[in-house]
Amino acid sequence: MEKRNVYMDYSATTPLKGEVLDAMMPYLKENYGNPSSIYSKGIESKEAIKQSRTKISRLIGSKSDEIYFTSSGSEADNWAIFGALKGNGKHIVTSKIEHPAILNTLSYLETKGYDVTYLDVNESGLVNPDDLEKAIRDDTALVTIMMANNEIGTIQPIQKLVKLAHDKNVLFHSDAVQALGNIPVDVNKLGVDMMSFSAHKIYGPKGIGALYIKEGIEIENFVYGGGQENGKRAGTENVPAIIGFGKAAELAMNCLKEHVCHCLDLRNYLADELYAAVFDSHVNGTMLDRLPGNLNVSFDYAEGEAILLMLDYMGISVSTGSACGSSDSVPSHVLTAIGVPESRIHGTIRFSIGCFTTKDDVDYVVKAVKEVTKKLKELSPLK
Amino acid sequence: MNMYNDIVMDHFMNPRNVGEMKEPDGIGIYGSPTCGDLMQIHIKIEDDVITDAKFKAYGCGSAIASSSMATTLIIGLKVEEALKLTNGEIVDKLEGLPEAKIHCSVLADMAIKKAIFDYAESNDKHYDALKGFDPYEMQEEEHVCICGKDEES
Repeated sequence: MEKRNVYMDYSATTPLKGEVLDAMMPYLKENYGNPSSIYSKGIESKEAIKQSRTKISRLIGSKSDEIYFTSSGSEADNWAIFGALKGNGKHIVTSKIEHPAILNTLSYLETKGYDVTYLDVNESGLVNPDDLEKAIRDDTALVTIMMANNEIGTIQPIQKLVKLAHDKNVLFHSDAVQALGNIPVDVNKLGVDMMSFSAHKIYGPKGIGALYIKEGIEIENFVYGGGQENGKRAGTENVPAIIGFGKAAELAMNCLKEHVCHCLDLRNYLADELYAAVFDSHVNGTMLDRLPGNLNVSFDYAEGEAILLMLDYMGISVSTGSACGSSDSVPSHVLTAIGVPESRIHGTIRFSIGCFTTKDDVDYVVKAVKEVTKKLKELSPLK
Repeated sequence: MNMYNDIVMDHFMNPRNVGEMKEPDGIGIYGSPTCGDLMQIHIKIEDDVITDAKFKAYGCGSAIASSSMATTLIIGLKVEEALKLTNGEIVDKLEGLPEAKIHCSVLADMAIKKAIFDYAESNDKHYDALKGFDPYEMQEEEHVCICGKDEES
């Protein structure tokens, strides 16, 4: 089998699209003006940011001045949570399968006297709206539930959940970092008050994210300083990254339908072929309400990191569902929450497909996984 | 670029002494699939010398590599010498593991001790280094995952 480089970890990050880099280049070179300066060079940068904001707002169906740039999706999550905690609300509702940017922020707040309810999910990874309704209290300040999960790709019924929160006058935030560009995201239809996004998951640059804050929703400012981002989040703008984010959003909007079909076809092909090639494999999470490019599979008799290393040796990049000894903890809280047994979690691999993945890539990955899991099974004392 | 050095990767990709024996003199199994790591070792002993060792392992790269390295280290050793082998020596021979992975090498160390204990018990042998080592007691205790778990506490 001829070695081939296959990147199949688009949920971790995506490569920068050529058009995005081209759009960014002038702002890394000659157009270096500070957007706050009032001479031509500054005004050019300011105008470019404005256009970027508009492109992103079109992708999510918002007004352009409802978009606030941040350094990352994690920062947007932090801002949404800290910003919503003004007044008397001492209680926050979330799900058990949120990204660490939410979970670790909330566990910090618990040490500061806040009370957090973590909603269970079913074996598909879905929150039960009835549970949310029961969890909301008089002192609930915020509900934060992700739109699509980063490990198993489950898409939550956000619209329904938002309605329940709003019926009780509670703010609703959603982390849509994995959803953006992969499924339609319309903030008005969903009804969310705040939503987090990140550029590097949609073929844009790293180091730039955004928080959508619905017009009329007042939350605390996040960074004090200059007047950037309408005075809510100070700091000279990362102009090239913002331009890249805008271009990536424009491209995502233009090709959303094709992108979904492309990912869905290849993901389903990968799932079918893997199932046929590797007898001891199990898909985690539902195949229905799921991101089109996501496949999360557990293999019996082979440990995740060992599979990852051997695949890496063969040129393939994927993620594990648990990381023995790595800093991002063991085992996956998401797989635990959907009831995957611990022994199986250790043998989990996340494949995530994107716009540059080809059928030949999938064929190569299936062959490689078959070879690697066979080798590890022979090495395993488990029967 | 790799998270492990070339020696570790070599032992992981091409593990030495893999397999099982039909009639081993001692069997040692340590770890648990729930923890994500399990090692099994079979040993052959003649005149108090370990003449052969075969292993099978389920686990991460460092668990497999350290198991493989450990078998190469104990073959040819006197039983008393093999009992002195520490996980630190296994890591040294591998020229280092990432900090968070050091604990994975304990697996091999413990499995070897259990295999020798098994041999000693069925052959009525007594080794000073085995005093106080009781695998039955260890199994009764609530299983503590070694590999990786210390990170979370």
